[in-house]
Amino acid sequence: MTARGLRSWYLVHKWTSLIATIFLLLLCLTGLPLIFHEEIEHYFEQHPPLRPLTADAPQIDYDKVIAGALAARPGEVVRFVGFDPQDPLGFVITATGLVPPPLDGHIQPFDTRTGELFAPEPADDGFMNLMLRLHTDLFMGLPGYLFLGVMGLLLVASLVSGVVVYTPFMRKLDFSTVRSGRSRRLKWLDLHNVLGIVTLAWVLVVGITGVINTLALPIQGMWQTGQLAEMTAPYKDAPPLERLGSLHKALESARNAAPDMVPSFVAFPGTQFSSQHHYAVFMRGTTPLTARLLKPALVDARTSELTDMREMPLYVKTLLVSQPLHFGDYGGLPLKIIWALFDLVAIVILGSGLYLWLSRRKVPSEKRLSELNGKAMDAEGRA
Amino acid sequence: MRRGLWMIFRWPLLLALLSFLGLFSALVGDEVYDLLSWLSLGVPLLLVGVVWRRMLQANRSRL
Repeated sequence: MTARGLRSWYLVHKWTSLIATIFLLLLCLTGLPLIFHEEIEHYFEQHPPLRPLTADAPQIDYDKVIAGALAARPGEVVRFVGFDPQDPLGFVITATGLVPPPLDGHIQPFDTRTGELFAPEPADDGFMNLMLRLHTDLFMGLPGYLFLGVMGLLLVASLVSGVVVYTPFMRKLDFSTVRSGRSRRLKWLDLHNVLGIVTLAWVLVVGITGVINTLALPIQGMWQTGQLAEMTAPYKDAPPLERLGSLHKALESARNAAPDMVPSFVAFPGTQFSSQHHYAVFMRGTTPLTARLLKPALVDARTSELTDMREMPLYVKTLLVSQPLHFGDYGGLPLKIIWALFDLVAIVILGSGLYLWLSRRKVPSEKRLSELNGKAMDAEGRA
Repeated sequence: MRRGLWMIFRWPLLLALLSFLGLFSALVGDEVYDLLSWLSLGVPLLLVGVVWRRMLQANRSRL
Protein backbone atom coordinates (compact mmCIF):
# COMPACT_ATOMS: atom_id res chain seq x y z
CA MET A 1 0.00 0.00 0.00
CA THR A 2 1.22 3.51 -0.75
CA ALA A 3 2.19 5.80 2.09
CA ARG A 4 -0.68 8.10 1.12
CA GLY A 5 -3.22 5.32 1.26
CA LEU A 6 -1.94 4.15 4.58
CA ARG A 7 -2.04 7.67 5.94
CA SER A 8 -5.73 7.95 5.06
CA TRP A 9 -6.51 4.65 6.74
CA TYR A 10 -4.58 5.74 9.79
CA LEU A 11 -6.56 8.99 9.94
CA VAL A 12 -9.83 7.05 9.63
CA HIS A 13 -8.78 4.79 12.50
CA LYS A 14 -7.69 7.71 14.63
CA TRP A 15 -10.74 9.93 14.15
CA THR A 16 -13.49 7.31 14.20
CA SER A 17 -11.97 5.96 17.41
CA LEU A 18 -11.46 9.35 19.01
CA ILE A 19 -15.05 10.39 18.39
CA ALA A 20 -16.60 7.12 19.52
CA THR A 21 -14.28 5.97 22.33
CA ILE A 22 -16.00 7.72 25.21
CA PHE A 23 -19.41 6.36 24.14
CA LEU A 24 -18.03 2.90 23.40
CA LEU A 25 -16.52 2.86 26.88
CA LEU A 26 -19.92 3.78 28.28
CA LEU A 27 -21.52 0.98 26.23
CA CYS A 28 -18.93 -1.57 27.41
CA LEU A 29 -19.31 -0.57 31.07
CA THR A 30 -23.13 -0.48 31.09
CA GLY A 31 -23.27 -3.61 28.93
CA LEU A 32 -21.35 -5.63 31.48
CA PRO A 33 -24.16 -5.85 34.08
CA LEU A 34 -26.76 -6.05 31.30
CA ILE A 35 -25.24 -9.34 30.08
CA PHE A 36 -26.29 -10.84 33.41
CA HIS A 37 -29.59 -8.98 33.79
CA GLU A 38 -31.61 -12.18 34.11
CA GLU A 39 -29.37 -13.54 36.86
CA ILE A 40 -29.23 -10.18 38.65
CA GLU A 41 -32.99 -9.70 38.50
CA HIS A 42 -33.65 -13.24 39.71
CA TYR A 43 -31.33 -12.63 42.62
CA PHE A 44 -32.78 -9.32 43.75
CA GLU A 45 -36.42 -9.82 42.86
CA GLN A 46 -38.07 -12.83 44.35
CA HIS A 47 -39.31 -15.23 41.70
CA PRO A 48 -42.99 -16.04 42.28
CA PRO A 49 -43.31 -19.34 44.16
CA LEU A 50 -44.26 -21.98 41.57
CA ARG A 51 -46.00 -24.81 43.37
CA PRO A 52 -45.44 -28.41 42.26
CA LEU A 53 -48.39 -29.52 40.18
CA THR A 54 -50.89 -31.82 41.91
CA ALA A 55 -53.60 -34.00 40.38
CA ASP A 56 -56.41 -31.79 41.64
CA ALA A 57 -54.74 -28.51 40.67
CA PRO A 58 -57.00 -26.36 38.51
CA GLN A 59 -56.32 -26.04 34.76
CA ILE A 60 -55.56 -22.51 33.61
CA ASP A 61 -58.42 -20.46 32.20
CA TYR A 62 -56.85 -17.38 30.61
CA ASP A 63 -60.10 -15.45 30.78
CA LYS A 64 -60.16 -15.87 34.55
CA VAL A 65 -56.52 -14.77 34.73
CA ILE A 66 -57.37 -11.59 32.80
CA ALA A 67 -60.44 -10.94 34.97
CA GLY A 68 -58.37 -11.44 38.13
CA ALA A 69 -55.58 -9.18 36.92
CA LEU A 70 -58.04 -6.42 36.00
CA ALA A 71 -59.86 -6.75 39.32
CA ALA A 72 -56.56 -6.03 41.04
CA ARG A 73 -56.02 -2.90 38.92
CA PRO A 74 -59.36 -1.04 38.72
CA GLY A 75 -59.58 1.42 35.85
CA GLU A 76 -56.73 -0.18 33.89
CA VAL A 77 -56.72 -2.15 30.63
CA VAL A 78 -54.63 -5.14 29.56
CA ARG A 79 -52.02 -4.28 26.95
CA PHE A 80 -49.98 -7.46 26.73
CA VAL A 81 -49.76 -10.98 28.05
CA GLY A 82 -46.24 -12.40 27.95
CA PHE A 83 -44.76 -15.84 28.55
CA ASP A 84 -41.47 -16.73 30.22
CA PRO A 85 -39.34 -18.82 27.83
CA GLN A 86 -38.05 -21.11 30.58
CA ASP A 87 -40.49 -21.36 33.47
CA PRO A 88 -44.26 -21.94 33.39
CA LEU A 89 -44.79 -18.28 34.15
CA GLY A 90 -46.84 -15.67 32.37
CA PHE A 91 -47.25 -11.94 32.85
CA VAL A 92 -50.29 -9.71 32.46
CA ILE A 93 -49.21 -6.17 31.66
CA THR A 94 -51.84 -3.55 32.40
CA ALA A 95 -51.78 0.25 32.14
CA THR A 96 -54.15 3.19 32.31
CA GLY A 97 -54.24 3.32 28.49
CA LEU A 98 -53.53 1.14 25.47
CA VAL A 99 -51.01 3.35 23.74
CA PRO A 100 -47.38 4.02 24.73
CA PRO A 101 -45.35 5.07 26.69
CA PRO A 102 -44.91 1.40 27.41
CA LEU A 103 -42.63 2.03 30.38
CA ASP A 104 -45.56 2.80 32.65
CA GLY A 105 -46.88 -0.76 32.62
CA HIS A 106 -47.91 -2.78 35.64
CA ILE A 107 -46.82 -6.42 35.63
CA GLN A 108 -48.70 -9.27 37.33
CA PRO A 109 -47.16 -12.74 37.05
CA PHE A 110 -49.23 -15.91 36.89
CA ASP A 111 -48.70 -19.68 36.78
CA THR A 112 -49.37 -20.81 33.20
CA ARG A 113 -50.41 -24.29 34.39
CA THR A 114 -52.99 -23.38 37.03
CA GLY A 115 -53.72 -19.73 36.32
CA GLU A 116 -52.80 -18.69 39.86
CA LEU A 117 -52.03 -14.95 39.98
CA PHE A 118 -49.07 -13.81 42.06
CA ALA A 119 -48.33 -10.54 43.81
CA PRO A 120 -47.20 -7.91 41.28
CA GLU A 121 -43.50 -7.44 40.73
CA PRO A 122 -42.06 -4.17 42.01
CA ALA A 123 -41.58 -1.56 39.32
CA ASP A 124 -38.07 -1.82 37.90
CA ASP A 125 -36.68 1.66 38.14
CA GLY A 126 -33.40 0.91 39.81
CA PHE A 127 -29.82 0.28 38.82
CA MET A 128 -30.53 -2.09 35.95
CA ASN A 129 -32.94 0.35 34.36
CA LEU A 130 -30.30 3.08 34.58
CA MET A 131 -27.79 0.76 32.90
CA LEU A 132 -30.32 -0.12 30.20
CA ARG A 133 -31.19 3.49 29.37
CA LEU A 134 -27.52 4.54 29.32
CA HIS A 135 -26.82 1.58 27.05
CA THR A 136 -29.69 2.09 24.63
CA ASP A 137 -31.03 5.63 24.28
CA LEU A 138 -29.26 7.89 26.85
CA PHE A 139 -32.76 8.84 28.13
CA MET A 140 -33.49 10.53 24.81
CA GLY A 141 -35.75 8.05 23.03
CA LEU A 142 -35.34 7.60 19.29
CA PRO A 143 -32.63 10.29 18.83
CA GLY A 144 -30.59 8.58 21.54
CA TYR A 145 -30.92 5.18 19.86
CA LEU A 146 -29.89 6.59 16.50
CA PHE A 147 -26.98 8.52 18.01
CA LEU A 148 -25.58 5.37 19.59
CA GLY A 149 -26.21 3.61 16.28
CA VAL A 150 -23.93 6.15 14.59
CA MET A 151 -21.32 5.49 17.29
CA GLY A 152 -21.62 1.81 16.39
CA LEU A 153 -21.02 2.61 12.73
CA LEU A 154 -17.91 4.55 13.74
CA LEU A 155 -16.80 1.45 15.64
CA VAL A 156 -17.18 -0.65 12.50
CA ALA A 157 -15.15 1.89 10.49
CA SER A 158 -12.55 1.91 13.24
CA LEU A 159 -12.32 -1.89 13.16
CA VAL A 160 -11.89 -2.06 9.40
CA SER A 161 -9.28 0.70 9.32
CA GLY A 162 -7.66 -0.86 12.37
CA VAL A 163 -7.10 -4.09 10.45
CA VAL A 164 -5.55 -2.13 7.57
CA VAL A 165 -3.10 -0.24 9.79
CA TYR A 166 -2.36 -3.47 11.68
CA THR A 167 -0.68 -4.84 8.55
CA PRO A 168 2.48 -2.65 8.40
CA PHE A 169 3.07 -3.11 12.13
CA MET A 170 3.18 -6.85 11.70
CA ARG A 171 5.53 -6.98 8.70
CA LYS A 172 8.46 -7.59 11.05
CA LEU A 173 6.72 -9.12 14.05
CA ASP A 174 5.45 -12.57 14.84
CA PHE A 175 1.75 -12.86 15.59
CA SER A 176 0.91 -12.02 19.22
CA THR A 177 4.33 -10.52 19.98
CA VAL A 178 4.28 -7.98 22.79
CA ARG A 179 7.61 -6.14 23.07
CA SER A 180 7.57 -5.44 26.77
CA GLY A 181 11.26 -4.72 27.28
CA ARG A 182 11.69 -1.30 25.71
CA SER A 183 9.08 1.28 26.47
CA ARG A 184 5.63 1.50 27.98
CA ARG A 185 4.25 2.96 24.81
CA LEU A 186 5.63 0.20 22.61
CA LYS A 187 4.26 -2.43 24.96
CA TRP A 188 0.76 -0.93 24.88
CA LEU A 189 0.92 -0.49 21.14
CA ASP A 190 1.64 -4.18 20.68
CA LEU A 191 -1.00 -5.10 23.22
CA HIS A 192 -3.58 -2.86 21.51
CA ASN A 193 -2.76 -4.60 18.22
CA VAL A 194 -2.90 -8.16 19.46
CA LEU A 195 -6.03 -7.73 21.60
CA GLY A 196 -7.75 -5.91 18.76
CA ILE A 197 -7.01 -8.51 16.12
CA VAL A 198 -7.80 -11.48 18.38
CA THR A 199 -11.24 -10.20 19.41
CA LEU A 200 -12.03 -8.65 16.01
CA ALA A 201 -14.78 -11.06 14.92
CA TRP A 202 -16.68 -10.86 18.21
CA VAL A 203 -16.46 -7.08 18.44
CA LEU A 204 -17.52 -6.77 14.80
CA VAL A 205 -20.58 -8.99 15.27
CA VAL A 206 -21.63 -7.35 18.53
CA GLY A 207 -21.04 -3.92 16.99
CA ILE A 208 -23.04 -4.55 13.84
CA THR A 209 -25.92 -6.26 15.66
CA GLY A 210 -25.89 -3.38 18.14
CA VAL A 211 -26.33 -0.93 15.28
CA ILE A 212 -29.24 -3.01 13.94
CA ASN A 213 -30.82 -3.00 17.39
CA THR A 214 -30.73 0.79 17.48
CA LEU A 215 -33.12 0.65 14.51
CA ALA A 216 -35.73 -1.32 16.47
CA LEU A 217 -38.24 1.54 16.64
CA PRO A 218 -38.15 2.42 12.92
CA ILE A 219 -38.31 -1.30 12.07
CA GLN A 220 -41.37 -1.71 14.31
CA GLY A 221 -42.95 1.26 12.61
CA MET A 222 -42.26 -0.16 9.17
CA TRP A 223 -43.79 -3.49 10.15
CA GLN A 224 -46.90 -1.84 11.60
CA THR A 225 -47.56 0.22 8.49
CA GLY A 226 -46.49 -2.65 6.22
CA GLN A 227 -47.26 -6.27 7.01
CA LEU A 228 -49.50 -5.65 10.03
CA ALA A 229 -51.62 -3.16 8.09
CA GLU A 230 -51.91 -5.66 5.23
CA MET A 231 -52.95 -8.46 7.55
CA THR A 232 -55.61 -6.37 9.23
CA ALA A 233 -56.82 -4.58 6.10
CA PRO A 234 -60.16 -6.48 5.96
CA TYR A 235 -61.04 -4.95 9.34
CA LYS A 236 -60.24 -1.37 8.39
CA ASP A 237 -63.84 -0.22 8.36
CA ALA A 238 -65.20 -2.62 10.94
CA PRO A 239 -67.14 -1.03 13.82
CA PRO A 240 -65.20 -0.67 17.08
CA LEU A 241 -65.18 -3.64 19.44
CA GLU A 242 -67.73 -3.45 22.20
CA ARG A 243 -66.17 -6.07 24.41
CA LEU A 244 -63.24 -8.45 24.13
CA GLY A 245 -63.92 -12.10 23.37
CA SER A 246 -62.17 -15.05 24.97
CA LEU A 247 -58.37 -14.87 25.15
CA HIS A 248 -58.35 -18.54 26.12
CA LYS A 249 -59.97 -19.55 22.84
CA ALA A 250 -57.79 -17.10 20.92
CA LEU A 251 -54.67 -18.80 22.28
CA GLU A 252 -56.11 -22.17 21.32
CA SER A 253 -56.73 -20.96 17.77
CA ALA A 254 -53.16 -19.70 17.50
CA ARG A 255 -51.73 -22.94 18.91
CA ASN A 256 -53.78 -25.01 16.47
CA ALA A 257 -52.54 -22.90 13.58
CA ALA A 258 -48.89 -23.40 14.59
CA PRO A 259 -48.76 -26.68 16.51
CA ASP A 260 -44.96 -26.84 16.70
CA MET A 261 -44.71 -23.34 18.19
CA VAL A 262 -45.56 -21.77 21.54
CA PRO A 263 -46.88 -18.29 22.31
CA SER A 264 -44.28 -15.67 23.18
CA PHE A 265 -46.62 -12.78 23.87
CA VAL A 266 -50.09 -11.52 23.01
CA ALA A 267 -50.69 -7.93 21.98
CA PHE A 268 -54.21 -6.83 22.87
CA PRO A 269 -56.47 -4.95 20.44
CA GLY A 270 -55.55 -1.29 20.17
CA THR A 271 -51.91 -1.68 21.18
CA GLN A 272 -49.11 -0.83 18.78
CA PHE A 273 -48.50 -4.48 17.84
CA SER A 274 -52.08 -5.27 16.88
CA SER A 275 -55.13 -3.81 15.17
CA GLN A 276 -58.25 -2.49 16.88
CA HIS A 277 -59.92 -5.87 16.35
CA HIS A 278 -57.31 -8.55 16.93
CA TYR A 279 -55.47 -10.40 19.55
CA ALA A 280 -52.01 -10.61 17.95
CA VAL A 281 -50.49 -13.82 19.26
CA PHE A 282 -46.76 -13.86 18.53
CA MET A 283 -45.69 -17.48 18.25
CA ARG A 284 -42.12 -18.66 18.63
CA GLY A 285 -40.23 -21.86 17.83
CA THR A 286 -38.33 -23.94 20.34
CA THR A 287 -34.68 -23.86 19.19
CA PRO A 288 -32.50 -20.86 20.17
CA LEU A 289 -32.82 -19.47 16.63
CA THR A 290 -36.50 -20.15 15.93
CA ALA A 291 -37.38 -18.96 19.45
CA ARG A 292 -36.40 -15.48 18.23
CA LEU A 293 -38.18 -15.65 14.89
CA LEU A 294 -41.64 -14.62 16.00
CA LYS A 295 -44.60 -15.43 13.82
CA PRO A 296 -47.69 -13.26 14.31
CA ALA A 297 -51.03 -15.09 14.41
CA LEU A 298 -53.89 -12.62 14.24
CA VAL A 299 -57.03 -13.77 16.00
CA ASP A 300 -60.37 -11.97 15.76
CA ALA A 301 -60.85 -10.57 19.26
CA ARG A 302 -64.64 -11.04 19.09
CA THR A 303 -64.96 -14.57 17.69
CA SER A 304 -61.50 -15.85 18.80
CA GLU A 305 -60.95 -17.31 15.35
CA LEU A 306 -57.68 -17.09 13.42
CA THR A 307 -57.80 -14.59 10.58
CA ASP A 308 -54.19 -14.54 9.35
CA MET A 309 -50.74 -15.85 10.19
CA ARG A 310 -47.56 -14.97 8.32
CA GLU A 311 -43.81 -15.18 8.48
CA MET A 312 -42.23 -11.89 9.48
CA PRO A 313 -40.56 -10.01 6.61
CA LEU A 314 -36.77 -10.20 6.27
CA TYR A 315 -36.07 -6.81 7.83
CA VAL A 316 -37.89 -7.82 11.03
CA LYS A 317 -36.17 -11.22 11.07
CA THR A 318 -32.80 -9.45 10.79
CA LEU A 319 -33.64 -7.43 13.88
CA LEU A 320 -34.90 -10.48 15.76
CA VAL A 321 -31.74 -12.49 15.04
CA SER A 322 -29.55 -9.49 15.88
CA GLN A 323 -30.91 -9.40 19.40
CA PRO A 324 -29.38 -12.64 20.76
CA LEU A 325 -26.13 -12.03 18.83
CA HIS A 326 -25.82 -8.70 20.62
CA PHE A 327 -27.04 -9.80 24.07
CA GLY A 328 -25.19 -13.14 24.26
CA ASP A 329 -28.18 -14.71 26.00
CA TYR A 330 -28.57 -17.75 23.77
CA GLY A 331 -25.99 -20.23 25.07
CA GLY A 332 -26.39 -20.51 28.80
CA LEU A 333 -24.32 -18.93 31.55
CA PRO A 334 -20.93 -19.92 30.04
CA LEU A 335 -21.72 -17.89 26.92
CA LYS A 336 -22.61 -14.90 29.09
CA ILE A 337 -19.28 -15.24 30.88
CA ILE A 338 -17.54 -15.39 27.49
CA TRP A 339 -19.43 -12.22 26.53
CA ALA A 340 -18.27 -10.51 29.71
CA LEU A 341 -14.63 -11.50 29.13
CA PHE A 342 -14.70 -10.19 25.55
CA ASP A 343 -16.31 -7.03 26.90
CA LEU A 344 -13.45 -6.58 29.40
CA VAL A 345 -10.87 -7.07 26.64
CA ALA A 346 -12.73 -4.47 24.57
CA ILE A 347 -12.42 -2.03 27.49
CA VAL A 348 -8.65 -2.63 27.55
CA ILE A 349 -8.47 -2.05 23.78
CA LEU A 350 -10.39 1.23 24.10
CA GLY A 351 -8.27 2.33 27.05
CA SER A 352 -4.99 1.46 25.38
CA GLY A 353 -6.04 3.21 22.18
CA LEU A 354 -6.78 6.34 24.18
CA TYR A 355 -3.44 6.02 25.99
CA LEU A 356 -1.57 5.65 22.69
CA TRP A 357 -3.18 8.83 21.43
CA LEU A 358 -2.54 10.79 24.62
CA SER A 359 1.10 9.68 24.79
CA ARG A 360 1.72 10.31 21.10
CA ARG A 361 5.00 11.93 20.29
CA LYS A 362 5.05 15.38 18.86
CA VAL A 363 6.61 14.37 15.60
CA PRO A 364 5.47 15.12 12.08
CA SER A 365 3.08 12.53 10.78
CA GLU A 366 5.36 11.88 7.77
CA LYS A 367 7.97 10.50 10.13
CA ARG A 368 5.44 8.35 11.94
CA LEU A 369 4.22 7.01 8.65
CA SER A 370 7.64 6.01 7.48
CA GLU A 371 7.81 4.07 10.72
CA LEU A 372 4.44 2.56 10.05
CA ASN A 373 5.82 1.30 6.77
CA GLY A 374 8.30 -0.69 8.74
CA LYS A 375 11.42 1.26 7.87
CA ALA A 376 12.07 2.50 11.37
CA MET A 377 9.63 0.48 13.44
CA ASP A 378 11.85 0.36 16.48
CA ALA A 379 11.98 4.12 16.79
CA GLU A 380 8.34 3.91 17.86
CA GLY A 381 9.53 2.73 21.24
CA ARG A 382 12.05 5.43 21.95
CA ALA A 383 9.57 8.11 22.91
CA MET B 1 12.12 -10.62 7.32
CA ARG B 2 9.16 -8.90 5.70
CA ARG B 3 6.02 -10.92 6.09
CA GLY B 4 3.38 -11.23 3.43
CA LEU B 5 -0.34 -10.85 4.00
CA TRP B 6 -0.85 -14.57 4.41
CA MET B 7 1.81 -14.80 7.11
CA ILE B 8 0.35 -11.80 8.92
CA PHE B 9 -3.28 -12.82 8.74
CA ARG B 10 -3.34 -16.61 8.89
CA TRP B 11 -3.75 -16.75 12.68
CA PRO B 12 -6.17 -13.84 12.90
CA LEU B 13 -8.18 -15.47 10.12
CA LEU B 14 -8.36 -18.78 11.95
CA LEU B 15 -9.42 -17.01 15.15
CA ALA B 16 -12.11 -15.08 13.29
CA LEU B 17 -13.46 -18.27 11.71
CA LEU B 18 -13.52 -19.96 15.12
CA SER B 19 -15.34 -16.96 16.60
CA PHE B 20 -17.97 -16.96 13.86
CA LEU B 21 -18.45 -20.70 14.33
CA GLY B 22 -18.93 -20.14 18.06
CA LEU B 23 -21.32 -17.23 17.60
CA PHE B 24 -23.38 -19.20 15.12
CA SER B 25 -23.41 -22.65 16.69
CA ALA B 26 -25.20 -21.67 19.92
CA LEU B 27 -27.95 -20.17 17.76
CA VAL B 28 -28.57 -23.45 15.97
CA GLY B 29 -29.24 -25.62 18.99
CA ASP B 30 -28.58 -26.39 22.63
CA GLU B 31 -26.33 -28.80 24.50
CA VAL B 32 -23.63 -29.97 22.05
CA TYR B 33 -24.05 -26.80 19.98
CA ASP B 34 -23.64 -24.70 23.12
CA LEU B 35 -20.54 -26.66 24.06
CA LEU B 36 -19.05 -26.14 20.61
CA SER B 37 -19.82 -22.44 20.91
CA TRP B 38 -18.11 -22.10 24.32
CA LEU B 39 -15.03 -23.99 23.14
CA SER B 40 -14.53 -22.11 19.89
CA LEU B 41 -15.21 -18.67 21.39
CA GLY B 42 -12.94 -19.66 24.25
CA VAL B 43 -9.90 -19.99 21.97
CA PRO B 44 -9.38 -16.25 21.32
CA LEU B 45 -9.95 -15.57 25.03
CA LEU B 46 -7.45 -18.24 25.97
CA LEU B 47 -4.94 -16.60 23.67
CA VAL B 48 -5.56 -13.25 25.37
CA GLY B 49 -4.80 -14.98 28.65
CA VAL B 50 -1.56 -16.43 27.28
CA VAL B 51 -0.42 -13.04 25.92
CA TRP B 52 -1.25 -11.39 29.23
CA ARG B 53 0.65 -14.00 31.25
CA ARG B 54 3.65 -13.82 28.98
CA MET B 55 3.73 -10.07 29.42
CA LEU B 56 3.52 -10.27 33.20
CA GLN B 57 6.31 -12.82 33.27
CA ALA B 58 8.49 -10.62 31.07
CA ASN B 59 7.83 -7.72 33.41
CA ARG B 60 8.82 -9.79 36.41
CA SER B 61 12.01 -11.12 34.86
CA ARG B 62 13.19 -7.56 34.23
CA LEU B 63 12.80 -6.54 37.88
